Amino acid sequence: MENIKQKYSQMVKKASPDSPILKNCIKAFFVGGLICVIGQFITNFMLTSGFDEKTSGTLTSVILIAAASLLTGLGIYSKIGKFAGAGSIVPITGFSNSVTSPAVEFKQEGFILGVGAKIFIIAGPVILYGTLTSVIVGIFYYFLGR
Amino acid sequence: MEYLKAFAVGGLICVIGQILIDKTKLTSARILVLFVVVGCILGGLGWYEKLADFAGAGANVPLPGFGNLLAKGVKEEIDSVGALGILTGGIKAGAGGIAAAIVSAFAAAVIFRPKEK
Repeated sequence: MENIKQKYSQMVKKASPDSPILKNCIKAFFVGGLICVIGQFITNFMLTSGFDEKTSGTLTSVILIAAASLLTGLGIYSKIGKFAGAGSIVPITGFSNSVTSPAVEFKQEGFILGVGAKIFIIAGPVILYGTLTSVIVGIFYYFLGR
Repeated sequence: MEYLKAFAVGGLICVIGQILIDKTKLTSARILVLFVVVGCILGGLGWYEKLADFAGAGANVPLPGFGNLLAKGVKEEIDSVGALGILTGGIKAGAGGIAAAIVSAFAAAVIFRPKEK
């Protein structure tokens, strides 16, 4: 009987809106979604300014990356991150944060072996495996896709 | 409507990331890698582009969008220069983002001091 009670309370805990995972997901949804809305706004602005679709996309990334880098330097992005979790990690701004954060952090160890060597400590794997995957995609496309 | 789609799809992609963080022991660095690789594969298959057509920045701003950008770059480069594009297309397409991250991160390292934890 006691066992069933325990199980039930566990089930309630899982399903109740207080469960941290649901709360975390809602926060991630709103902040992540909001960053994308800002991105859409910048893209639309570039398109109406006469840039083509590809250039507008790149400019959007560049602006979001620069803004996130500034917010990281000011210590604001980590505060957003504490609230939003994946909502601040998954957008391209999170990639920027993962480059700027160690760059600032390891400044004390000098600009060559500190900033220079540690700047890609988190983003390096992303670039490595992203590039590797793109080459594999390219091989398939070259031999099979066209 | 455009903004609503971007909000909903972008938010949902972040929720997938949040569930992975909470339910598995994946660190954020691993999630970044996973998302870019998955985006690149879906981009290679031409599927991610359909999501991007629907959601705009909602699909392009999250990291799978960066993976998709690499895949798209490879295909375009192969179409225009042939086999060499297999090597050059990906990084070429991602160059703007990577260089922007390097330049702004370096500037931040020059200007700001590490924050007390």
